[in-house]
Formats: sequence, structure tokens, C-alpha cells
Amino acid sequence: MKGDYREPNVLPGFGITLGFTTFFLCAIVLLPLSALVLKAAGMDFARFIEVITSPRAVASYRLSFGAAMLAAGVNMVFGFAIAWTLTRYDFPGRKIIDAIIDMPFALPTAVSGIALTTVFAANGWIGQYLEPMGIKVAYTWLGITVALTLIGMPFVVRTVQPALAEVQRDLEDAAETLGAGRFYVFRRIIVPTVMPALLTGFTLAFARAVGEYGSVIFIAGNMPMKTEITPLLIVIRLEEFDYAGAAALGCVMLAISFVMLLAINLLQVWGRQRMTVRR
Amino acid sequence: MAGPSTSAELAAELASRPGHTNLRSTLVRWLLIGISLSFLGALLAAPLFAVFATAISKGWAAYFQSFADPDTRAAIRLTLTTAAIVVPLNTVFGITAAWCIGKFEFKGKSFLITLIDLPLAVSPVVSGLIYVLLFGLNGWFGAWLQEHDISIVYALPGIVLATMFVTFPYVARELVPLMQQLGNDEEEAAITLGAGGWFTFFRVTLPRIRWGLVYCVILCNARAMGEFGAVSVVSGNIRGLTTTMPLHIEILYNEYNFVGAFAVASMLSMLAVVTLIIKTLVERSGYRRR
Repeated sequence: MKGDYREPNVLPGFGITLGFTTFFLCAIVLLPLSALVLKAAGMDFARFIEVITSPRAVASYRLSFGAAMLAAGVNMVFGFAIAWTLTRYDFPGRKIIDAIIDMPFALPTAVSGIALTTVFAANGWIGQYLEPMGIKVAYTWLGITVALTLIGMPFVVRTVQPALAEVQRDLEDAAETLGAGRFYVFRRIIVPTVMPALLTGFTLAFARAVGEYGSVIFIAGNMPMKTEITPLLIVIRLEEFDYAGAAALGCVMLAISFVMLLAINLLQVWGRQRMTVRR
Repeated sequence: MAGPSTSAELAAELASRPGHTNLRSTLVRWLLIGISLSFLGALLAAPLFAVFATAISKGWAAYFQSFADPDTRAAIRLTLTTAAIVVPLNTVFGITAAWCIGKFEFKGKSFLITLIDLPLAVSPVVSGLIYVLLFGLNGWFGAWLQEHDISIVYALPGIVLATMFVTFPYVARELVPLMQQLGNDEEEAAITLGAGGWFTFFRVTLPRIRWGLVYCVILCNARAMGEFGAVSVVSGNIRGLTTTMPLHIEILYNEYNFVGAFAVASMLSMLAVVTLIIKTLVERSGYRRR
């Protein structure tokens, strides 16, 4: 079978399923995405640079990146605590908690947006206690971070959970028998084992948060230069019928997506290699 | 992995170890449980309860009254129509892709998987934008479409396409690893014994992947009904005509009609809760997610 690109197999339907998959993929995903790239490529290069480096665009990148980074960082800490609690401890309601972790996957972003705004507004259930302390959440960058934390949370918990379950307990026992303290065991055995998963979860949460729109626009206040995220700026450009401007910013977002996808793949390869060396 | 499998056994084992029943470990344990629960309470539970509390804040009559609004009904209908078109199409695509990728070895396979996963990494706004650039008035096919009086953007086809893009990978990325894990032996046996391709699929493959299929179809459906960003860009927000439920929530909310907005939101929240319940039941039935 030299020169053949697939290995022999008695099962039928390879040609037709591959053809259908490729066709559907091209029609729904690749053709529209190339329309975006070509639209931006058709722009005058100087104009393209001008659009994507305008002060308003740069302010929006800073906000989108900063808030997404912060939210993913918060999720790394709390996501680890939640994953730890769920895998190591038993307490009443653990199974229910485990099930509702996935809520942000299933809950429409518009719903979480208006719900978070209601809770964190100055007169909301939680906002009323933060307001006297001088902490304003709704309609500030802090609110954006809260919304991005919510939608990124399950990504971290769900990647760290299986990794924590795989930590070899006998290693921990051995270390403790040999006199290691609990913190030493945590630092030298548990953290190295779950690190790839923790970083993957961080990247997944960040990738999701940086492009998020629905849950943010309700709580953000949407002030240009201050609380305006990049996806919102794209929508505004579209509403002004500035298609080229929207496409240019869309290309920046798409480039970020590609970088994130690459980072996730590399992290997973790294994690797998570490696991195989370990055994 | 050998050793304790349930957390109850784990807890028992932990407690039996020397040095693990002291006050400090108990404190750490309850501190971590407390931190986790308060984090989830503030971020998940409080907003969810706020949805229902606001929806019925003016009484049950006002709550049910908001569903009598013809625009709200139109939004519900549009959401159901969109999901009814998108979910089956993406399911067929997902099964086809899983058969091709999961059952055969060929060059460029991992590249194909990456391309299928691509929509997950793309911002919802960009997912809508690409269809506007393609089918909008100034888009590639815009002039041709207008000549033939076909509207895609700011109409149902655009909403369907954008939703399809966003939910594109859901079924495939669940079924591909499942089919890879199950292997080809049973299908090969069936084919060798003279069964046809369709017969093999429906009688051998389908029963083995059914739980995985239920799992990803309900998640795909939840996402399809709840998509906001991508649909918002292509819909044009024509009230009562091209507003899906999430978009209608935005309109009502911006009009300070909080009872109306949260009433629609409560329906979508219930959809999310039901989705999670089905998902948990599927997991209980022995289906393990990879």
C-alpha cells in the first residue's frame, strides 16, 4: 500500500464520510473564516495597522486581555480548591456541587450576564455589602472580571479534577512515612503532577474569556476606552457599517484564537510526555 | 488505578492514616470546603436564584403574563426552530466525522481534528461577523443574493448558520474519542459476517455510542438555544422577527422590563438545569467522559 494515505481497513464508508466531513467543514467553518481574512487582506496595509492600533482598540485589547488573564488566574486558585474539595473530601451535597460545576457551560451567556449584574449592582444581594467598602463591581472592569471568572470556572475544575484523581496516593504515603510534612508533599508531589492540567485549564479559561461577549456586555457599562471589550468594539464597527474595520479587529481576535489553540495543544503534548516519563 | 474509588472510602482511608486526624487537617479541610462553597455560592448559586427571584418579584400573574406577549412567543418559536434545524444537522455531521476519524487511520487526521475544534476557540462575535462578511449586502455573495431576493443575514438562515458554526464541534469532539476507544473489532466482525454498512452502524455501533450521543446532543442543544454573541451579530434584532430568546432578553432588559427579561431568562435557566440533570443521569448510567 505504498503511497496510499490511509491504512487498509475492512470497514466501509471511508470515502463518503471523509468527503462529507470535509465538505461540511469547508462550508460552515473554513469558507466563512477565509472571508474574514481576505476582507482584512483587501484593506490598505497602512489603514489596517491604523485600525488595529487606534487608541480605542488598544484600550480594548488591554481590558480584554487583562480581565481574561486575571479571571483565569482567579480560576486557577479557586478552581484548584474546588477540584481538590471534590476529589479528596466527602461532605453533604458533594454530588450536587459536582454536577452544578458545569452550569456555566449550559447557562446562556445573556442569562448569566443579567443575573450577575443584578447580584453585583449597588443594590444587589452581594453588591450592597461591597458598595460601602468602596468596591464597585457592576459597570467597572471588576464586573467584567467577575463575568469572565464565571464562564471560565468549569474549564479549570474539569481539567484539574482528573489530574488530581491520578496523583499516586502511594507516593504521598511513602513521602509521609519518610517524614515529609504535608506541605512538602503538596509542593513536591501534588503540584508537579497537576501542573500541566492546571496550565491547560488556565489557557482554556483564558481563551474562552478573551472572546466572551454575552455575559460581559450587561455588566460592563461599555464606556469607550474604559470598559469596552474588543468583541464589543467589533459589534460597534459593524453597526457603523465599517465592515473593513470590523474585519481587521476580527482578524486580531482570530489570530489570538490560533495562538491559544496552539498553546493548548503544546501544553497537552507536554503533559502527556511528563506522564509517560513518570511511569 | 488501584485503591479507594469513592470519596467515602478515600475519606475513611485518610482518617485511618497516622497524622491525619489532627485538628489542623480538619481545619484545612473545612476551610477548603468553605472557600469552595462560598466561591460557587457567590458566582453560581446567587445569580441563578436572582433570575427566578426577579422573574416572580411582581407576582406569579405578572410572570405568566410576560409569556403572553406576542414578541416573546415569537422569540421562543424562533429559538425552537433554530435548534430543531441546527442540532440534527450537527449530529449527523458529528457522527459522520466520528466514523471517519475514529474508525480509520489516515494522513492529516490530527489536522482535521484541530480544524473541527476551531470554532470553540473563536469569539462568538467573530463567528457572527464572518457570515455578515460573506452574505451581508457588501459581502462576497451579497449582490448575488439581493438580485435573487434571498436574505440570509438578518433572517433565519443567518441565525441558523451562526448557531451551527458555534455548536459545530460539540458532537464530533465527544464521539471521536469514544469511537477510538471502543475500537473496530465488533464492526469488523459484523462486516466479515456479511452485514452491510448501514446495518452494522445501526445494530452494532449506534447501541454502543448511544449514551455518548445523548450526552453531546443535549449539550449541543443547550448551547444552540442559548447562543447570544454570534446570533446577535447576524440577526439585526428585528423585534418579533429575528430575535431569539437570548436576544429578546437583551431587548426587554434594556427597556427596563425586568420581569419580562428575567421570565424569559428563567425559561433558559430551567433548560440549563434540565440539561445538567440529563447529563448527570447519563454519567450515572456508567458513561464516562474522556
